[in-house]
Amino acid sequence: MTLAEVRDILEAEVLTGEENLDDIEVPRGCGCDLMSDVLAFAERRTLLLTGLTNAQVIRTAEMNDLAAIVFVRGKRPPCEVIEMAKERGIPLLRTKYPLFESCGMLYKAGLRGHLK
Amino acid sequence: MDMNPSPSLELSYPVEGNDFATAGEAATRIKRMLKQIGIDPETTRRVAIVAYEAEMNIIIHATRGILKLRVLPGVIEVRAEDIGPGIPDIPLAMQEGYSTAPEHIREMGFGAGMGLPNMKRFSDEFWIESQVGKGTKVAARIYYDGSSDRGG
Repeated sequence: MTLAEVRDILEAEVLTGEENLDDIEVPRGCGCDLMSDVLAFAERRTLLLTGLTNAQVIRTAEMNDLAAIVFVRGKRPPCEVIEMAKERGIPLLRTKYPLFESCGMLYKAGLRGHLK
Repeated sequence: MDMNPSPSLELSYPVEGNDFATAGEAATRIKRMLKQIGIDPETTRRVAIVAYEAEMNIIIHATRGILKLRVLPGVIEVRAEDIGPGIPDIPLAMQEGYSTAPEHIREMGFGAGMGLPNMKRFSDEFWIESQVGKGTKVAARIYYDGSSDRGG
């Protein structure tokens, strides 16, 4: 699934990284608010869906080579957090749907998690 | 790249306890450095995660500390040494889910008792020693294939 498809499915607003959405393929997704669990279990290129909007989410994505972040429940991160992601080339999306619904919509469209 | 790289590269980053504004900056620098010298992405990712958890541990629990990176042919070392309360029961602290971090840390997505276990998970070798009332030292070694561009 491409990030452009993710944007369309979740009717998401793109906060940064608009220009690359068609080219970035996300092989799997992860819905999580616990960044240590994301570090432990998410593989590279994972799409992270989260309700947390602080700088540690961007750091976690950077350390773990995640593909992009979707903020759920209509949450908008502070400007400096968006700026951090922009500097690092990490696309940010924002959807009005809650975490459970967002994951369900993407799963229904074919995106899978880490279960082998 | 330099045709005769020095046999090792050593860098130190001071980390202040409770400094959440720049939390993760040392790990970011470590990651960029490893990328710059041509370490493969998966090794870089493992070192970055270990360094990040170590840095967060100092910020959450200690007064201050230092994060050290050492790149040798075939192995990368991350060391974290802090002045702080120390850990009374190391086996308990190594258990996933055990944490003494306060609520405001949990709100940032950390403090869930995964820091030390995560450091061990992404390391090939891992040591920890601690003195209550003095501080904690952790060391992690991550092996990598250094034969291609970082010989002897």
